[in-house]
Amino acid sequence: MIQTRELTKRFKDVRAVDGLDLTVARGELVALLGPNGAGKSTTLRMLTTLIPPTSGSATVAGFDVVRQQREVRLRIGYIGQGNGAGHSQRGRDELISQGRAYGMGVRAARARAGELIDSLGLGEVADRTVSTLSGGQRRRLDIAMGLIHAPELLFLDEPSTGLDPQNRANLQEHIVRLRAEHGTTIVLTTHYLDEADSMAERVVVIDHGRIVADDTPRRLKAVHVGDRVILGFASESAAIEAARETGGTRHGAEVRITGEDGPRIAARSAVLGPISIEVVRPTLDDVFLTLTGTSLREGGAAELVEARS
Amino acid sequence: MTSLVTDTRVVFSRELRPVLRDPFSVIFSMVQPLFFLGLFAPLLPGDGSLQWFVPGIIVMSCLFGSSMTGSNLLFEIQTGSHERMLVTPLRRPALLIGRALKEIVPMFAQAALIVAVCVPFGFEPHLGGALLGLLILAGFCVGLGALSYTLALASKNKEWLFWTVQQTLLFPLLLLAGVLLPIENGPGWLQTLSKINPMTYVVSAERALFSGDVLARSTLEGLVAAVVVCGLGLAVGVRAMRRSD
Repeated sequence: MIQTRELTKRFKDVRAVDGLDLTVARGELVALLGPNGAGKSTTLRMLTTLIPPTSGSATVAGFDVVRQQREVRLRIGYIGQGNGAGHSQRGRDELISQGRAYGMGVRAARARAGELIDSLGLGEVADRTVSTLSGGQRRRLDIAMGLIHAPELLFLDEPSTGLDPQNRANLQEHIVRLRAEHGTTIVLTTHYLDEADSMAERVVVIDHGRIVADDTPRRLKAVHVGDRVILGFASESAAIEAARETGGTRHGAEVRITGEDGPRIAARSAVLGPISIEVVRPTLDDVFLTLTGTSLREGGAAELVEARS
Repeated sequence: MTSLVTDTRVVFSRELRPVLRDPFSVIFSMVQPLFFLGLFAPLLPGDGSLQWFVPGIIVMSCLFGSSMTGSNLLFEIQTGSHERMLVTPLRRPALLIGRALKEIVPMFAQAALIVAVCVPFGFEPHLGGALLGLLILAGFCVGLGALSYTLALASKNKEWLFWTVQQTLLFPLLLLAGVLLPIENGPGWLQTLSKINPMTYVVSAERALFSGDVLARSTLEGLVAAVVVCGLGLAVGVRAMRRSD
């Protein structure tokens, strides 16, 4: 569905995207994860024909993003960071205009708009001016606009930024359902770790315009960080013995063991007679920290607090 | 399959819809011309002054409305709505032409309103001439609208730039076109400046046409000025829209 080769975007001296090679198969749900400024949005903007690459190439839905822009645009849906609907417009009008923009007839566009309004729960607000809608309602309208032509490939640029936790959960549910029902290929960017973790079966970690890891969340955690098992012992001598047996590191009466399968290590360690066992599973942030030396958590957590307040 | 014409129609009707949903917005955007009509026209000497003054005010109303219209696009650039249009398969020229053509509708409504307000006070428009005058004005306002959109695209992320340029150009264009007072009695340099202002010819044409003087030289000059502004506006506008991201 998507294939990029050495895709690069330079803004003056900055390489926002630096030689990206990315392949996405039909039906995949891929999350591009990275901090602000990592090049996620720039990548998306190139793949959606909004900006031309400085060098390299990309085919999307079978067409070149530079030479066959119209073909690409006909086949993709894109939900950007901003609000797609004009503020002086009414939601339903905008949906119909969008349908018309994709070559649908008035009647077909109107019918499709009605369907989307129902399925996204916009019935009560669809005929109000967009400027009077709440943030969550506008975001759902954005999703509806991106889906008007039932695209086979959908891009979402930070779809849940600025939404409160309930609206975020709602949105994620819609995206997952969309894929289950229509087999839509979905590429989204996010800096919310839990979002990438819970929705995507494939996470592409991007930092400084490059792909630094590309795998399932589970594998990323297992390979790059691993589970940690902490065994507590009644005495240091028991801990020394256990450390020797397991190859773990000892801190006082504690032994720490790192491995891909924490629960299994814990079960095997039971024979050593620990008085406590703790299994610590890594988060994607741990993966990120290992891969890039910086934490995503600070930015993400701060925004979560903002959204709640 | 779509064509440039159907694409333009989609953009045109999208732009027009808020105006149709809320027709009063047409009146709000023309309060300034109405002030000039109510508070300035009575100061003009002579009985036939309204016949001279009103066509100029119609052009003024068109200038005010069309030159501001880019602010709508500027706002849509900021909110993300313009980006939304850019990822659709709509042809780039249609995104500009459809918007610019829409300017004709509020302009016609405003012209009709101004005429309707002035007729009871002795303004006598010549129907055929007025219709031809509106046709010329349509070309002029599409050109102005396109230039305003171009300015909006150039001012992306710099809202102050749009308003600074628009406000700086607005009054020189208006005053040098002789809308408020005749230029003929002014100093030579001012007359020269007036002659390079395309709006001057549009205003002269409208005055002659609204009085029924259809086969005048001014009609042709006004038409040429309108076509030039329209062609230039669309050319630079389409170019700017193609580069928009």
